Amino acid sequence: MLAVIGTRGSIRRQVRIARPPGDVWEVVGDPSRIHEWFPGIVSCVVDGDERIVTTGAGMPMPEQLLTVDPLQRRFQYRITAPMLKEHIGTIDVLDMGDGTSLVVYGTDADPAMLALVIGGAAGSALAHLRRLMEPDG
Amino acid sequence: MPRRKILFVTTDQQRYDTLGCNGGLLARTPVVDALAATGIRYERAHPQSVVCMPSRSTILTGQHPVTHGVWMNGVPLPADAPSVASLLHDAGYRTALVGKAHFEPHLDPFLRFAENALSLTGTTPQGGTHRGFEHLELATHGPVGPLHYARWLAAEHPDAVGGFYQVLDESLQVRGSGGGDTGAPQVKVNPIGRDIYHTDWVADRTIAWLDSLDADDDWFCWMSFPDPHHPWDPPQSEVGRIDWREVPLPAGYPDTAAGRERILDAKPRHWRLWYDGTLVSNYEAPAAWVPATLTADQVREVNARNAVECELIDEALGRVLRRIAERGWADEVDVVFTTDHGEFQGDFGLLFKGPYHVDSLMRLPLVWRPAPSAVAPEPAVVTRPVGLVDLAPTFCAIAGLEPAEWMQGSSLPVDDSDADARGFERVLTAWDSELFGVGLHLRTIMRNHWVCTAYLPGTCHDGTEGELYDLTDDPLQRVNLWHDPAQRSLRDALLADLWDSQPPPRVPRLCLEAPV
Repeated sequence: MLAVIGTRGSIRRQVRIARPPGDVWEVVGDPSRIHEWFPGIVSCVVDGDERIVTTGAGMPMPEQLLTVDPLQRRFQYRITAPMLKEHIGTIDVLDMGDGTSLVVYGTDADPAMLALVIGGAAGSALAHLRRLMEPDG
Repeated sequence: MPRRKILFVTTDQQRYDTLGCNGGLLARTPVVDALAATGIRYERAHPQSVVCMPSRSTILTGQHPVTHGVWMNGVPLPADAPSVASLLHDAGYRTALVGKAHFEPHLDPFLRFAENALSLTGTTPQGGTHRGFEHLELATHGPVGPLHYARWLAAEHPDAVGGFYQVLDESLQVRGSGGGDTGAPQVKVNPIGRDIYHTDWVADRTIAWLDSLDADDDWFCWMSFPDPHHPWDPPQSEVGRIDWREVPLPAGYPDTAAGRERILDAKPRHWRLWYDGTLVSNYEAPAAWVPATLTADQVREVNARNAVECELIDEALGRVLRRIAERGWADEVDVVFTTDHGEFQGDFGLLFKGPYHVDSLMRLPLVWRPAPSAVAPEPAVVTRPVGLVDLAPTFCAIAGLEPAEWMQGSSLPVDDSDADARGFERVLTAWDSELFGVGLHLRTIMRNHWVCTAYLPGTCHDGTEGELYDLTDDPLQRVNLWHDPAQRSLRDALLADLWDSQPPPRVPRLCLEAPV
């Protein structure tokens, strides 16, 4: 029987955006622009492979950038704050072949409930990203 | 003639039988009892969901969960969802929500939700209203999070913060550890002064808002107490009101392990799986706590503390009603008292709540005391089924407004004849949860004296399971007649009615954004 006690959680959210993948990647592939499209992140500072984002609650969250691959259009990062035993966030921008993109945001974390909190916010961020990129949509 | 002042009082997770007027013997609730004696008391009021966010969203929108879209805790009600408070505000009412809102998730480190962000800037929402409320002062079950009560307590009484039970552990799971005299889960000795505990704070802030109004203002005030929802950590100064050692075990508590197991084994399998600690299907009960470990003394202690919390709420309500009388409004105010859902409190050997559609969680206290100055109905007891979905149209009726077309209920009947004339025959309740690969989906109809629950396919069920109880012969819902050939035609008729009565779903389905 499935259970969540003491395990990691894995959450996936996605959104279809009526813009070419290169346009979408330009925004989500730039680690210094996350506060532009992720509601609840009010600022960020990038220094090499380290990023510190500040949440709307004033909480600084240190992160390590793991993958910024413009060819695959894959972005990965890890939150290194002590409240998380483990975390990896993965954003893929997929070419749908018709001039549109599918953006998939995966959140894997221990504790599991934080995966849900972060993944939930990520889902909201993707919806916001679509609104930003499809202003007439 | 419309009445122009409405005090809407809710508690959180309060059972029907915790009120004296409903036959409760443990808590003394003279204030609500008096309202019931001069008003209308409902014996079959059911929620449309047995957890907070969907149920509270039903109260506000007048819609079933499948329609308003908050299908489980952690799914936020969209900010532009319909709201009866907005209707009243647009009709000229001053509007306030004081206490627990919970239309939006509590676990919100990004501070994305207005409920959580508001206390940074005050009590007036950006744009003038939020969900129709012009004034919000919010609280939950303790001093955690960014709500007004937590900020106030931390600023004014920092020493009191640590006295509360810490509801979540370091993994953000609902904590299962116990305290008190018996080690009961979510019980803690809390040395906080009664005057700064959240129950009295909610009453204080309600009174302060009422005092800010002009005498001839029309107003709608939702006073929403976070108790008696766990944790059971009322002010220790009040705990001595009820000696848990003298608390009788509830009728619904089978007093032997074999008896509990036999009853649970006759129900769909997730009941026993949870009892044994094998399945964690939902976030609302402690994940690491095994119900089979619950002792009779722990049930007694939880119920004693729960009763103390109910008494404090009753007294706080009395204080607000006295202030209303001092303002000269006593004859002008409609008072509606209810809760969002129930609590096991030892029934079947269980605590807390979950995907279990029985009276413990579904039968709610509901009292409506119409304004004495109105051409009000005679005091009555309504035995026909009603739902929290009927509250929003009731507020419209009090205010002399037509119910909005998006409302799915009807204004509450004033007696059984009125209920019969207006077709109060059934009440529906739904459960949906999907948490880390575990999904459960229940649909329930209560009609006449029958409760029938169908299980949709999910982690534990293949879609053929169900529960059927005769509330007349089996008020404790111990004998599941779902597979009884003698009841087959009755069951099928109830199911046909259940499916025919399903409200339209919101499309697309809203996303789960947090555990709670």
